[in-house]
Amino acid sequence: MLEIRGVSKTFNAKTINEKKALENINLTLNEGDFVTVIGGNGAGKSTLLNMIAGVYPVDCGSIVIDGKDVTRLSEHRRAKFIGRVFQDPRTGTAADMQIDENLAIAARRGLSKSLRPGVTRAERERYKELLGQLDLGLETRLTSKVGLLSGGQRQAVTLLMATLKKPKLLLLDEHTAALDPKTAKKVLELTRQIVERDGLTTVMITHNMKDAIAIGNRLIMMNEGKIIYDVSGDEKKALKTADLLEKFKTNAGEELDNDRMLLS
Amino acid sequence: MGSFLNALPGAIGQGLIWGIMAVGVYITFRVLDFADLTVDGTLATGGAVLVVTMYAGVNVYLALLIAFLAGCVTGLVTGLLHTRFGIPPILAGILTQLALYSVNLRILGKSNQPLSVYKYHLIASMTSIGKAIAVVAVIAACLIGVLYWFFGTELGASIRATGCNMSMAKANGINTNRTKIMALVLSNGIVALAGGLLTQYQGFADINMGRGAIVIGLAAVIIGEVIFGKIFRNFALRLVSVVIGGILYYIVMQFVISLGLNTDDLKLLTAAIVALFLGIPYIRGRWAETHVKTKGAAGHA
Repeated sequence: MLEIRGVSKTFNAKTINEKKALENINLTLNEGDFVTVIGGNGAGKSTLLNMIAGVYPVDCGSIVIDGKDVTRLSEHRRAKFIGRVFQDPRTGTAADMQIDENLAIAARRGLSKSLRPGVTRAERERYKELLGQLDLGLETRLTSKVGLLSGGQRQAVTLLMATLKKPKLLLLDEHTAALDPKTAKKVLELTRQIVERDGLTTVMITHNMKDAIAIGNRLIMMNEGKIIYDVSGDEKKALKTADLLEKFKTNAGEELDNDRMLLS
Repeated sequence: MGSFLNALPGAIGQGLIWGIMAVGVYITFRVLDFADLTVDGTLATGGAVLVVTMYAGVNVYLALLIAFLAGCVTGLVTGLLHTRFGIPPILAGILTQLALYSVNLRILGKSNQPLSVYKYHLIASMTSIGKAIAVVAVIAACLIGVLYWFFGTELGASIRATGCNMSMAKANGINTNRTKIMALVLSNGIVALAGGLLTQYQGFADINMGRGAIVIGLAAVIIGEVIFGKIFRNFALRLVSVVIGGILYYIVMQFVISLGLNTDDLKLLTAAIVALFLGIPYIRGRWAETHVKTKGAAGHA
């Protein structure tokens, strides 16, 4: 479903701030794979997702989604294939627009926009039902501005938006990191339900090693722009957090330096 | 006071036309979040195009349509400067505005051209103010109706999303360069339409008629928001409040003139009022920051 071949990215090349964010990344995901990504500060996790989503161009290499080479496609064109949820709950939704309007925009992801109504009555009914399934009391607030919602509610709405039109690829960039533990748990559970229900190919960055082990069928560890550990199946299921820390030490040759990761 | 009351209908007529212009400014400034300075040039472009097309024997309605389209082109230029050349919004607008000074002179032939109501069929002239107010009010109402419909469509929602959150827009497949250009085109078209109406109203087009238009537009937007912001939530009503803001602006100006203010000082007054209202939210925030109650109920650590 996703094929990344020899992708590298250097920020501020040839300046004093030069930063090699990704170095020759190769990664293939099969349809239905749910991959969790962990790694230290500045390991290139977010850069990897941003490269896949087309936020900025790669220096070299190619990215193929579902057989289509998207390396040269702009971010908004790639959106046709990709659903995204961001770390900051404010990033994924338009605060000044109503919940139903946000959902309707997401429902038209990848379609050309016309002078047809932005939200139809039939859509509203459908959204009401879908919001009801979130169990956050949003089904009665369809015409509320998204800016009035809590971070957790916004993240749940963003998750719904990202999956409303079934994406080829779901990219989650630490989407529960900004939430309180209880809400984070709920949004994570919701994520698992939706991904399982729709069999979505998913990449999830997380700083929580327990989650990284418990969720999904594959785990990737990154350090200094490289993938240093890639595990799946039964071997992944058997992992313990201590194993991950040990793996990091052997493969990266240093202690894991993600403060949030170690504190969680 | 008598002179003020006598001048009141004139202020309302002029305010209505500037209110339409301010609706154009609202689309860029509030909906798209793009401070577009093109409008100072565009207003005069609208006036100039109306005059020369009517000189050429074109019917007034068609002339207004052509003025609208000319405004669309100026918006397109600013949009392309911003999206294709990566020029920041304010600078892109200033560049187009400067270029338009020459273009407008070319269109107009000289810096001022009359458009006499006695020679041409005009729909809004200050010589019959009641009719002018009625006609412009109908045009404003139709315009607001069309905009209300448009911003409820898929395209309109894409423009609103672009102005509200560019990351969200892109992540949902919206071509934000295109939506920005569309908003600029629409906004400047409306401003040029207002320029065409203003030219008819005052009976001439002038190369400087748009000077400070952006600030007057902002004044109308802000006055509308300050007075009706709490009660008008609906998009159409917000546009209505912008038009009313334009009218109130001219009534206030007329009032201070009747108090004896030199008309030369009007622009200074306008700029001061707009600066004050734009600054109030910021100043309020700063004040709240520096006046935190450190004593009293200390619930939070």
